[in-house]
Amino acid sequence: MAIEVRIPTILRTYTAGAKAVEGSGGTLDALLVDLDSRHTGLRGRLVTDEGALHRFVNVYVNDEDVRFLGSLETPLKDGDSVTVLPAVAGGAGKAVAAGGAGKAVAAGGAGKAVAAGG
Amino acid sequence: MLQLPREMVDQVVAHARRDHPDECCGVISGRAGAPARLFEMANADRSPTGFTFDSAEWLTVYRDVEDADEDLFVVYHSHTATEGYPSRTDVLWSRTTGFAHWLIVSTREPDVEELRSYQIIDGVVAEEELEIT
Repeated sequence: MAIEVRIPTILRTYTAGAKAVEGSGGTLDALLVDLDSRHTGLRGRLVTDEGALHRFVNVYVNDEDVRFLGSLETPLKDGDSVTVLPAVAGGAGKAVAAGGAGKAVAAGGAGKAVAAGG
Repeated sequence: MLQLPREMVDQVVAHARRDHPDECCGVISGRAGAPARLFEMANADRSPTGFTFDSAEWLTVYRDVEDADEDLFVVYHSHTATEGYPSRTDVLWSRTTGFAHWLIVSTREPDVEELRSYQIIDGVVAEEELEIT
């Protein structure tokens, strides 16, 4: 069972530059697991740690946004066509008009604590 | 540096003025950094503080550009109450969208054309020269 998956430029590092790859699965979720077995890391760019579709991508089944179809549970059948695109958003943000205090972001990170023992 | 023809700059500014006070958004395609076509996109958020590409329209535009063997190398949008400098939201989204240039037009002053271009690489904003040809 083959489903064609079109990959956007920014994710082609996972497909050795290929514009389209093939996979199989009865749902979008199963398809992404299958793809990840050959294109390691691709699924992690599309699915969050909590197992939801990432908001930074749009996924379409036969040109329909899966957010309107059933997200990762969208059923797939042989011959379906899946397209992945980066979602595009941005903008001034709500905090800006009020002076832009925004959220403090911890820069740098704690790093690794090394236990020196002896 | 980003080079754009006068007509494209005028179109971006006109789009931003038309959608003000909501933000506008769009993309410019090209080949090897030379601009070819400008696509005005609908702002699915219809918001004065943010934009999101309409997903159906974006698919159509992306296919069109890819089929023409062009690249999507500029994304533009407006800030309608503040200066045209990338916000935290812009920087966040720059990481996953892959555009070489972020063009921001500010419509806070009705009579002043305020247009600036940036490269945002790994979350680091660098303003660049915008040359209007």
